This record gives sequence, C-alpha cells and structure tokens, in this order.
Amino acid sequence: MGKVLIDSDQCRRTVARIAHEIVEHHPDTSAVALVGLHTRGVPLAERLRALIEEFSGEPPAIGSVDIALYRDDVGVGGGRRGVVPVVGETILDFDIASHAVVLVDDVLYTGRTIRAAIDAVFDYGRPPKVELAVLVDRGHRELPIRPDYVGRNLPTNRGERVAVHLAEIDGRDEVLLEGGS
Amino acid sequence: MTDRASLIRIADLTADDVQRILATADRFASVMDRDIKKVPTLRGRTVVNLFLEPSTRTSTSFELAAKRLSADVVSIKGQGTSMEKGETLKDTILTLEAYEPDVFVIRHPQVGACAVAERYTDAAVVNAGDGTGEHPTQALLDVFTVQQEVGPLDGMHVAIVGDVLHSRVARSGIQAFRMMGARVSVVSPPTLVPRHLADALGVEVTADIRDIADADIVYVLRMQLERMGAGGFVPSLEEYARMYQVNHARLRPGQRVMHAGPVNRGVEISGGVVDDPDSLIEAQAANGLVVRMAVLYDVLTEAAGDTGTGAGGAVLEAA
Repeated sequence: MGKVLIDSDQCRRTVARIAHEIVEHHPDTSAVALVGLHTRGVPLAERLRALIEEFSGEPPAIGSVDIALYRDDVGVGGGRRGVVPVVGETILDFDIASHAVVLVDDVLYTGRTIRAAIDAVFDYGRPPKVELAVLVDRGHRELPIRPDYVGRNLPTNRGERVAVHLAEIDGRDEVLLEGGS
Repeated sequence: MTDRASLIRIADLTADDVQRILATADRFASVMDRDIKKVPTLRGRTVVNLFLEPSTRTSTSFELAAKRLSADVVSIKGQGTSMEKGETLKDTILTLEAYEPDVFVIRHPQVGACAVAERYTDAAVVNAGDGTGEHPTQALLDVFTVQQEVGPLDGMHVAIVGDVLHSRVARSGIQAFRMMGARVSVVSPPTLVPRHLADALGVEVTADIRDIADADIVYVLRMQLERMGAGGFVPSLEEYARMYQVNHARLRPGQRVMHAGPVNRGVEISGGVVDDPDSLIEAQAANGLVVRMAVLYDVLTEAAGDTGTGAGGAVLEAA
C-alpha cells in the first residue's frame, strides 16, 4: 500500500472543480466533446459529462480513444506471444469538426500518451480545438504538452508510481503514491 | 531470438491467443469503417511477402494488411524470382535478410518450408500456406467469421466435406475449430482422407454425405486438381460431384456453408450455394484483411511500458 495523496472525498470535489472550469471556458457546452483515454480516462469523462450537464443544462458529447495503435514504443524486435498490448475500443461518433475536444486522462506524465491520442483523433477528423483535462499532473514531460484543466499537481520522482483508483474500475476512488525512495 | 512469436502452425497458439488475436481483428474492423483506414502502428517495420505458389486473396490481403498498419512491404511472387533459376529457399531467405525484415510471410509448395525458413532468419515467420501442411491464418479468419456471423464455436458441430488429404485449410481448420470447443467431423471419400486422421486430430470420419445433416456449419473443401497428379483419387469429377457435392438438396435450412476459395462451381459445391446470401463464403473473403492485420500486429508488437499513465510510465523507467 502506498501513501494516499487524494482520498475519495477530495477526488469528488476535484472532478467537480474541473467540470466547473470546463463550463467556464465553454459557454456552449453542447459544442464540447469529452474524450476519455482508456482505461481510467473513460469513467472520468463520464463523470465530467454528468456534472457538466448538471451545471449548464447542456450535456457535452462523449467519446473514448484507445492509443494502442498509435504508441511510439511497441514492437521493438518482435513480440513475445501473450504480452502484446490489448487494443481497446475507439468511439468518436460525434461530428468532430464542430466540437472542441477535451481529452480526459487520469495521470499526465511524459505526454507521449496524449501525443498518441491527438494523432488518433485527427485520423477521425479535424476538431476546431483540442484541450486536455487530467486528474493528476505528476511532471516529467518529454514533449511540449501542457494540460488545460488539472485536478492536482503532484511533483514526483521518476522511480515512484502514481496509482489512480476509480470506483467504476477499482471499487473506490483514491490516488496513491507507491515505491521510490 | 528465441522468443519471437512466429505463426507456423495452429498448435503454436492457445485458445486465449486465438481470442486475443480475433479481438484485435474486431478493432481493426472498426478502423476500416472510417475515412482514414490506416494506423501508424508498424511504422518503420519491414514485412517481406514471399509467395512461391499461386495466390490471389491471401497475398493481396497480407500486402494490404501490412500497408494499413504503415509497415514497408516487399512482395515477391513465384514467377520471375531467382528461385526459378534454382536458388534454394535457404539462399533466398539469406539474401532477403539484407533488408533486415521484421517478418517473413511465406507461401511455399512444400510442407515444412516455413519451419526451415525460420532457421535462417531472426525475423518472425508467418505461414501463409505450406503445401499440404497448414494454413493458420485461414483457420483464424474462419473462426472469426463463425464467431461474428453465427456465434461462439463452443458446442457447435462443424462438418468438413471433401478433399482433406491435400488440404492445409482442413489441417489447420480442424485444429482451430476443436480448440475453440467445436465438434468436428469429416465427410469424404476414403481415398481423400489421410490415414490415422481420426486418431491424430480427434475427428469422426465418414464417407456418407448424409452425415452432414446434423452439422451447424458445412465446410466445403476445394478439389485440389493441381495436387492430384496422375489421379486415381476419384473415378471422375462428375462422379465426385454426384456423391459429395454440397448443394441445396443436401442442406437443411439454417446450415451455414463455408469455403476458403477459390471454388470449383459445380464440382465440390453448387453455384446456387456459393451465391446463397446465407453462405459465409463472402464474409470469409472479407474478413481476411482484418484478421491478417491482427496477426501481423500480434507477431510484431510487444508491450513496452505504458507511455504516459502514472503506473505504467514508472514501469518503463524501471525497465
């Protein structure tokens, strides 16, 4: 067990604050699409949608993206059977050209996942704008990517693990810091 | 490299492997529905297609599969190669090694050719048909087709009709269908059944076409005239058609018919059954692309660290 950085009550308030900020930036929330990144970005996007609908009356569009096919670190020297990355489902069935896309993920780290997600979205269409919402920004970027909505900035060492647990997947909400020195 | 994931025979896979590959194929099917039908997954990888026996659908679907995954593809067909001048498979592989391919997709007239090729390369080898040996990607797309169009194979009865002796499609298909839980029976003239088939692969063998009555799927094999040589396997094609042709008179409603193609209309199967919208033949041809994309993906990718999430990223750092 690691150290609890965010408990379930704080998690609820943090997600609500992000929802408020998205509404503040986008007066017309029907022109926004929340796109969750597999795995834990997907339930986070669902929660944000419900909150935004509650705050503004207009539900944003929703989608999900799996970046397995867009990664930059697979396939070096051939696979060992059984350890290949599983390809999840990408569902973007709103009109991309008319929605500001807000990518939603649990942890922002190197930025490579986000780069892959942007590439994936652009293979489906040309959104007028792409933004990024994350529950935790742990630093150590390797690409020029910055979030528009951040739940919590958590400076970490590279050797540490930030484990996000969400009720929909893990049974309860909490963010843990594990390992490291 | 001993841990590469070549696909040479169905026995290289477990039922879990098959389900994983077919789940990936299902994702690729949704990629094929969008405007940009290409993903960057295998950018920078090199796929060599070496087809030393005639092929249309297998070679084109492998070529397009590699291209849709953004790999670089070299396709070599039997005619016009140095092998016609007497070069051995070993020397051909060693020559092509200069391009540092990541995967060889090989079709060859001799059983075991892919296993031989694997000895001379570090690349993964995918068997696209080796003589009368195996044709594992056909078996995978057949399982995929049944799962998509009919339902889970577990508990189904698949009757395979025709020339099993010369059929790599049957050899791989019987194993794959059984692995997924189906009961498999063979209906064929005794001269076209390999000896010990029943014991080796666990199938019931009969010579009476009426025994297809109980099957959910009737899988018709092509009469492989080019492999029959001097003949003597059947008295005549007319006689074979009279005894074993799968046609509407011999099928009951609800039975689904499969055939790996190319078909000999009027020989092993009637034209009416080929064109019947209820047959799965067209779906089999259509599914070749996404299943072969999934096979290349499975053979060539490996899970590195996760690119950005907190947990996975840390694993990458630790590695």
